[in-house]
Amino acid sequence: MIELENVAYSYGGAELLSDLSLQLAPGSFHFLTGPSGAGKTTLMKLCYGALRPTAGQARIFGRDVRQMGRDDIAMCRRRIGVVHQDCAFLDHLPVHENVALPLTVSGQAVAGQHENLRELLAWVGLTERATALPPELSGGERQRAALARAVIMSPEVILADEPTGNVDWDMSQRLLQLLIELNRMGKTILIATHDLSLIRAAKSQVQARVLRIASRRITAAGADL
Amino acid sequence: MIPALDTLRALGRGDKAADRVVPPTGYTARLTLFAAGAMAFLAVFALALSLAAGRLASSWGDELARASTVRISAPEGQMAAQTAAALRLLEQTPGIASARALSDAEQQALLAPWFGPDLPVDQLPVPQLIEVQETAQGYDSAGLRLRLQAEVPGAVLDDHARWRRPLAQAAGRLNLLALVSAGLIAAAVAAMVTLAANAALAANAQVIAVLRLVGATDNYIARAFVRRFTLRAFFGAAAGTALGIVAVLLMPSGGETAGFLTGLAFRGWHWVVPALIPPLAGAVAFAATAVAARRVLGGLS
Repeated sequence: MIELENVAYSYGGAELLSDLSLQLAPGSFHFLTGPSGAGKTTLMKLCYGALRPTAGQARIFGRDVRQMGRDDIAMCRRRIGVVHQDCAFLDHLPVHENVALPLTVSGQAVAGQHENLRELLAWVGLTERATALPPELSGGERQRAALARAVIMSPEVILADEPTGNVDWDMSQRLLQLLIELNRMGKTILIATHDLSLIRAAKSQVQARVLRIASRRITAAGADL
Repeated sequence: MIPALDTLRALGRGDKAADRVVPPTGYTARLTLFAAGAMAFLAVFALALSLAAGRLASSWGDELARASTVRISAPEGQMAAQTAAALRLLEQTPGIASARALSDAEQQALLAPWFGPDLPVDQLPVPQLIEVQETAQGYDSAGLRLRLQAEVPGAVLDDHARWRRPLAQAAGRLNLLALVSAGLIAAAVAAMVTLAANAALAANAQVIAVLRLVGATDNYIARAFVRRFTLRAFFGAAAGTALGIVAVLLMPSGGETAGFLTGLAFRGWHWVVPALIPPLAGAVAFAATAVAARRVLGGLS
């Protein structure tokens, strides 16, 4: 689905990632871990085309990112659900419109989808909060709303950047359960997190590979996890 | 070209959802409306001035160009002979449609405003006037002048060129100035909308980032801004144009003796011209916002 081949990325001369290869196969479940500032978010952005590698090749759904125009990238985003690190909502629209935003911008928002939207909000436990504005939500509610928005287009890949970043343990478990359910439905999942207990909790339920970024390289994490 | 057409179509259709993704901005919206209105108001006057000047230039041209006058000053006894000679000569000149000596009554009517109606013209040594109508091709005035000089020593040809030329020139220049003003107004609208659109795009950088994240194309994002500014410019200009037209209508009319200043109104089909201001303002805003949006969006990741 998404392949990075000997990819390097540098911000203004300083190389953050180098000679990095990664393959997300359909239906796989990956964790991406590493210290803060190691480049987890950068790697995620390379995976959904927000950044273009400074060297090497990134392929999304078999297409080289460098050959893709801005509209091609936009089309790809409709097949990739992204849970952004800070959620990124439109603060002037209520939660249910934010969750449905991918449908709106792709011109697929039709009347018959109210039922689907209600189901999706019930699934993430936000039925009561559907008409609230994003700034009124708690951290956990924001994360769940972001997840709901990431999956509303029924994407093939879900990339979640610190989805449990500022929520308590119970809430992070609920979010993890949602992601595991999605994986069982056949979605490819990549979760960036530095929460090792979350990874341990997941490994007992799902066949997950753990990748670790350290000193600009990616390595498969040891069996201690 | 195709994205522009899409945008145009979406503009007509209207897309409630696309409008809502960009937060409403009361302050810039009002400023854009006001500026578009003020510019349209000025444009109405520039156009009125241009059209009035154009009208004046052509009416002066028409009234004076096809007619000239031959004036014959001769001693009492020779007047009739010289007039007859001049008429004969004029009739033989190519390019002259007709030549007619004015009767005493007509000459008296011409002089009446200056000397009063009781003037006994027939007892005064008033020069005889001959009204000359040209054909469309016109005649060679220098040649005619020479022949008149030779055959009718008392005759002077006045083809009005001395009067007409500077007046027509001034009217033409005024027309040009007014058109340049209208052009400058359109350019100012474009500059103003570009600034406003850039400000709106910068203020909504976060919104644009979110829209990109969830798979919105540049076209979709641009549309939300373009539609907004086009409509603002259109409605602002419509209000400004309406006020401008009312102001033109309230200008005191000079009636039959209308001079230049009182002639500053639209006549006949010219009423269509100010009606074009709002759509043009909308088109200018459309183009300016589309260019600004594409430039800003193209620079994002």
